[in-house]
Amino acid sequence: MAEIKSVIGTQNKKGQTYTDTWKMMNEAPRTPSFFTGSEVIKEALRRASCDVMIAYPITPQSEAAALIGELFAEGYIGDYFRGESEFAVMSQCAGSAFGGARVFTTTAGPGTMRAMENFPMWAGARLPIQMIVTCRGINSPLSIQPDTLEIAYLLNTGMLVWHAETAQDFFDWILKGYMVSEEPDVHLPLALCCDGFFVTHTKDVVNLTPADMCLPPYDPYRSPVPCMDMECPPVRMMRDPFVMKSNYISYATHASWQQEIWAAVERSRKHSIHWLNGLIDTENTDADIVIVASGTAVSQGREAIRLLEDEGVRCGLVKVKTLRPWPEEEIREATKNAKHIFVPEFNVTGWLAKEIRASVPNHQRVHAGPHVCGGMTMPPEIIVSEIKTALGMKTFSLAGRGS
Amino acid sequence: MSKERIQISEALYDIMPSDYQDLVKSATYGKEDRGWKDIGTSKELIEQHSLCAGCPESMAFRYILASLPNPEDTVMVGSTGCTSLVFPMVAVHNIHSLFGNQNAIASGLKRALSVRFPDRVKDVVVLAGDGATVDIGLDMTLQAWFRQEKFTTICFDNELYANTGGQESGLMQKGFVAKMAPVGKLFDKVRLPEIARESGCHYVVNCTVSKPSLVEKVIRNAVHIAREIGPTYLQLYTPCILEIGKNSMEGLQEMRDSEKPSERFAYKEYVSEPAKQLLTELAAKDKERKAAAKQLAAQAQAN
Repeated sequence: MAEIKSVIGTQNKKGQTYTDTWKMMNEAPRTPSFFTGSEVIKEALRRASCDVMIAYPITPQSEAAALIGELFAEGYIGDYFRGESEFAVMSQCAGSAFGGARVFTTTAGPGTMRAMENFPMWAGARLPIQMIVTCRGINSPLSIQPDTLEIAYLLNTGMLVWHAETAQDFFDWILKGYMVSEEPDVHLPLALCCDGFFVTHTKDVVNLTPADMCLPPYDPYRSPVPCMDMECPPVRMMRDPFVMKSNYISYATHASWQQEIWAAVERSRKHSIHWLNGLIDTENTDADIVIVASGTAVSQGREAIRLLEDEGVRCGLVKVKTLRPWPEEEIREATKNAKHIFVPEFNVTGWLAKEIRASVPNHQRVHAGPHVCGGMTMPPEIIVSEIKTALGMKTFSLAGRGS
Repeated sequence: MSKERIQISEALYDIMPSDYQDLVKSATYGKEDRGWKDIGTSKELIEQHSLCAGCPESMAFRYILASLPNPEDTVMVGSTGCTSLVFPMVAVHNIHSLFGNQNAIASGLKRALSVRFPDRVKDVVVLAGDGATVDIGLDMTLQAWFRQEKFTTICFDNELYANTGGQESGLMQKGFVAKMAPVGKLFDKVRLPEIARESGCHYVVNCTVSKPSLVEKVIRNAVHIAREIGPTYLQLYTPCILEIGKNSMEGLQEMRDSEKPSERFAYKEYVSEPAKQLLTELAAKDKERKAAAKQLAAQAQAN
């Protein structure tokens, strides 16, 4: 066996230094930069030692996907091309990951839905692909506006699902996401979601790590399943293919395989806590009223809390960072004092409220709302109004709400 | 992968499955002139299979695996269907993921292997049925060719969906009565070989697998051309004897009947100009190699 040397401290062909990820993310100096979310995705990828990125145009992720193409042209990405549809792109990502590459892609809304068949396959094949989902409407008639309904469909694929609030989250989580995804006891794909436009198309101050530092490269031989590169023995995998075999062994194999995927999601918990400093963030959870939200609904909740404070109503906040793994214990603990739990969401069905209702005792405390969808914005005032109405307080009339 | 990689630790030798021991002892990884004639004298890269008795697809599998020029550095991509019943028993890394996405998987795979092993040959070969290649996966089949992805696509054309029980497929002949074609198929067999040529394939062959020497030739050509120049496509007739009402012993005759000059599987070949040049160069090198080997043997005898 050749001696295995750490690459930490050595340079890649662009002159970036492979840096211990913990040091790079937590100790290296940060430079404040004023960027759109799309530009932030590009900057994260510049530091991600990514082997293959596959792109396809769909609003609102097209700009990020094209900007990463510029990174490829500059020599920061191993290979890059435009696929022919999201279904094909996600399969191309799978092919690259099967071949031992660190893979990145981006999609949105109808693209997520078109590609859906691939996601349980990614998880089942233990491919640690990272996919940015810049959520947008999936309804008919056609909508391109922000709407998070597609996340509901990702929750049962076996993928890790994280929901970023800000461009800063995005920058950090793209890089940290690979660290969690690629752990041998996890080795699962990550859907890193954000609310389209609100995060992708607005400018924000983001503190960037030094551009001359990058992640250590992906080591496909730490994978719990063989990398398909003919660099390890091609053993016969099974006596009979399990597909279409109607016997107990076949069922038991499929059952245990599925259980293992979800066990791996569970095992990602400790790594996610380590890298994200907890699966949730909390503020003032000793209050009687707590807002629990994910994505930009957290920002709107924070504003609503400020408005309520002006009126003497004290309100706590829980920011849910990871949806898979689901922070059930953490949410239960953070809401144990709450008499009312409000869940503002940018989708029509209220999938987050349903998850929370299933996780906390006395679930009648959970108010599923307010909801906006189809691209509607969520002014903090409607969260305030929702809360005051539920508390029996007088509220001003909001146009169009029939109040 | 060198053959050293598959060696077994002595301490574990006796507990390894016998088919693995056989692979180490007598498989033909790394043998330069490997081919169909090795069948019977060496360990094949396919263990048992669960296809129907007499299925021509099983013959095709054996010939193809015996003929791959570089199995020690070849990764195969399959799709859902009868072929996916065989791949788990193949001693070459292979990927099955979804139905119809095989050329998309292969595109990503080939690019990843090129990024990771820039100085080494890593061949990618797709092998899927006609439903996967022409119906559900057609856009990905064609788009891989448009993009000039450097891998070989092999279609096992049995002119129907065999694994699901004999339904109409795009490569079925017009008029054939099948499930989902209750009054006979209403449109012509899709002319994928012609479409392949127009889509940028550098080597296209339409034939049956009745002659192992022919399969060996077209497989070697297709893999070499894909490695050096661009996409190649082989459409091989592997009749589903079960669904066309034949007996186990009749597969070979069915192929022979279908490859007569006027029939739909008469040998057809297209070779692009750069591919022709490559084949000429390869033939010259082969000749040189054989002459050198002959000379060496003669010298050895003289000594």
